[in-house]
Formats: sequence, structure tokens, C-alpha cells
Amino acid sequence: MQLIECPWCGPREEIEFHYGGQAHVAYPQDPAALDDREWAEYLFFRDNPKGLFRERWSHAAGCRRWFNAERDTVTYQFTTVYAPQEKGTVTP
Amino acid sequence: MPHTPAPETKSPRTPGADLPEHPDFLWRSPEPKKSYDVVIVGGGGHGLATAHYLAQNHGITNVAVLEKGWLAGGNMARNTTLIRSNYLWDESAGIYEHSLKLWEGLEEDLGYPILFSQRGVLNLAHTLQDVRDSVRRVEANRLNGIDAEWVEPDEVRKICPIVNTSTDIRYPVLGATYQPRAGIAKHDYVAWGFARRASEAGVDLIQDCEVTDFIREGNRVVGVRTTKGDIACGQVALASAGSTSVLTDKLGLRVPIQSHPLQALVSELLEPVHPTIVMSNAVHVYVSQAHKGELVMGAGVDSYNGYGQRGAFHIIERQMAAAVELFPVFARAHLLRTWGGIVDVTPDASPIVSKTPYDNVYLNCGWGTGGFKATPGVGWTFAHTIAHDEPHQYNAPFTLDRFVTGRLVDEHGAAAVAH
Repeated sequence: MQLIECPWCGPREEIEFHYGGQAHVAYPQDPAALDDREWAEYLFFRDNPKGLFRERWSHAAGCRRWFNAERDTVTYQFTTVYAPQEKGTVTP
Repeated sequence: MPHTPAPETKSPRTPGADLPEHPDFLWRSPEPKKSYDVVIVGGGGHGLATAHYLAQNHGITNVAVLEKGWLAGGNMARNTTLIRSNYLWDESAGIYEHSLKLWEGLEEDLGYPILFSQRGVLNLAHTLQDVRDSVRRVEANRLNGIDAEWVEPDEVRKICPIVNTSTDIRYPVLGATYQPRAGIAKHDYVAWGFARRASEAGVDLIQDCEVTDFIREGNRVVGVRTTKGDIACGQVALASAGSTSVLTDKLGLRVPIQSHPLQALVSELLEPVHPTIVMSNAVHVYVSQAHKGELVMGAGVDSYNGYGQRGAFHIIERQMAAAVELFPVFARAHLLRTWGGIVDVTPDASPIVSKTPYDNVYLNCGWGTGGFKATPGVGWTFAHTIAHDEPHQYNAPFTLDRFVTGRLVDEHGAAAVAH
């Protein structure tokens, strides 16, 4: 079981966390202007890279706060964690 | 004193002793030709079945199946071999029942033993809502001509005596759906059977050949770049399960799938104790006993995206807790082996078997945890789609554009198993 670094609580065991999928998927700024394809993109389409992926996690059994992380989807290793309002130290 | 005949005794059957021998010929291993009418990317069950039915049903044999690793060494070697068709929606019932009917004649069709054993599946209900959902699904199955019945706890006990039907557990068994025609098959033999037939028919099965890019001309793909050189093609069919996104990204084609680890495990070899398949969503474990005697178990996917062909240990821990509560006799069994496959999950938990925005590229992916049971069915319908450049009636609902039109086939929570 791997340790995940919560930005607020420090390293905790994986079972304390809840996965939230891809990070930085913003709610549409002008929802009424979206066509069906754009709504589908927002609702259903997410990146699925083999390698580094920026995603959301919640420290569900701890401080219950959401944060972002960059993780390798092949090794499952976390490279960085950062608060939701930050863009992160990773290159997009 | 009257003579009492001795009770009939049977010598203990050595588990696995009746596994059949393989034939001398399995498949050829040719070098790739410069071009093919159809290139199938992915030499797993789906790719091999597609090749077989392209040859058998449509006479299309100038076909290559390209596999980056070894034949059927991905999810085909990593699944739990369950076959059933007790899905809720008509669209799913259509394709999975078509597949189950093909399974029933597959051994003859392939001329190869696949050890298809129709031992039935119980899907347990543990809450009142489970019971209502289950009965609804039974009725839906019967309307689609699929064998299904609702069984009470005492009947569950008759079908599978080792299930804990005591009321004194956290999630008591309130009954189950039962599909008697469900079963298991020997997954490797299934792949090798399809491979052998396809190879006999002239299909080139090329292993250790990874597709690294596509050669495009306008709206067509005219060739694939591989680790064994460029191969020109008339049509391209993607059937690469967990690796689909890696390929579609190269095509600039966005596909609504997420790859997740799905773990499974087996116990040591045991005497026959488990006569059917038992699945439970609420406590989430499913169990069958393999031909040789291992208990084969699985549960849901690991929550995060992953390509690592392994998962987290706590998932196995939860699954074992569920298994031991449902089957107290398992408490002393030893875990022999665990492994992970990578499944591609769609937002509605139904597959994508579809034409694409490219004129000659066809997509088969998104089977999530349900791909093995679909192997002959999807091979049949995907081959039809490629041969006629239009969907077969059974894969017509599973288009890529349903996520835009909203015509989802929402099997999440309805599929008899949680993804």
C-alpha cells in the first residue's frame, strides 16, 4: 500500500484517499453556448494518458479536503501534490 | 443375513487430469507482408475472434493481427473467464446473448476443446433494493428470451451449499438471480482455438509487433507504423482493450474511456467444492472454481487510472473479507496468485463497437470488466462491421457518438456487477 502526501496532513496511507479523476476540468464559462459535442466533451471525455497524469484526490478519511496530484499511470508513483487553486509545478 | 451391496465408491478425481492435449498445429508465425486488406491491432480474444469470423463468415483472409506482446497475453490471460448474458438493457442482452449462443457451439466451430462448462451463475441480493433490482432484471432477461430465475435463500443453498445463507451476517443473502446457461471456459484454449482457425484460413498472426503510429491520407489510414516496419492496409480495426487510448491519441481521436487496473486471484487447488458461479455486488466478490480446482475470484476495478497491470493490495484485502463472510469454508484456503489486467471503462459501462470519423478505421473498446464473455459475439459483429462498413444489428447501439447524442446504454448498476 502506498503513502500519498496530503498537502495539509502529510503522508497517509492510500486507503484514506478517494480518487476524483482528471484535474483542471473547468465548468463551462458560458454553459448555454455549448453545443452537444462540447457538452459531451465536458461530461464524458477525459484524458487517459499512459504516463504522467494530473488528477484530483480527496483525503476522505482525514482532513476531507480536495487536492491535485501528478501521478504516473504506469508506476502509480506520485510526482507532486498541490492545492486545488494552484496550477502545480508541473508543465501542462 | 441379506447381502448388502457395498456403497458405490468413486476414486477421487485428480483435478486437471482430464484437461485435453493440444493438437500439433496451433498457428503459423509469419513475417508481416507489405500490405493487407485488413489490419487488426490487438491479438487478444477480440482481435483473434474478429479475424476468425472475417475469414469464416465473410471470406476475408488477407488479414494481419498485430500483437505488441505475445498472443492473448494481455487481458485474455488475466480475466476470470465468466460467461453470462443476464444484463438489463435490450441492447446489452442482444450482444451478450448472441455471444452466449456462439459459446454454446464454439467447441465444434473451432474444432478445439475450450472446456465450456455451463454451471450457472448466482447473483446474490443482500438488501431489499437488491431484491427489487434483481427481480426486475430477471423479468427483463425473460422478455429477451434469456434464461433467468429468481431463487430464494433455501434454493441458493441447494445450488451452492457452501454459501453462507445464515441471517446472522452483516449482509444476509435475501435471494439471488440464477442464469443456468452461464458458465466458464478455459480462456487460453479459447484464444488458441480462434488463433488456430484464423491461421489455418490464411490470417497472419504477428506477435512482438507494436503499432507505434498510423500513416494517414486525409480521412483514411493507409498504413500502420510498427516495430517490424510499415504495413499498408485497406482497413484498420482497433481491438486493443487497455491500450486503446494510446492508439487513438495517435489518431487524434478522442475516446471516452478510462483505463483502470482490475485485479483477480486464485487459491491453491482444492477438491470440487463450488459447483456454480457466485457473484455479489453488495459485498463485492465473485467466485468460481476452475477446472483444475483453483477458486478464481475477482471484484471491482481499482479506483484510479492505471496501465501498470497490477493494483493495490487493500482492494484484495476487502475482497477476501467479503469472500470469507460469504463462504466461511474459504477461511483456511491459501491464496496462490494475484494479478491485474487493464480494463477500459466507458461512462455508461457499455462497450464501443463502432465506425469512427475515419473512413476505414473501426473501433472495439470500452468492454470494462465484461470483455471475455463477449469474445465470440464481438468477433462476429465486429467482423460484420468491417466487412460491410456498417454495424451489425447487435453492435449498432454501441456507437462512439452515443455520448454526444445521449443514447447511452447505461449498464452501471444494472449490469449485475459493479465496474
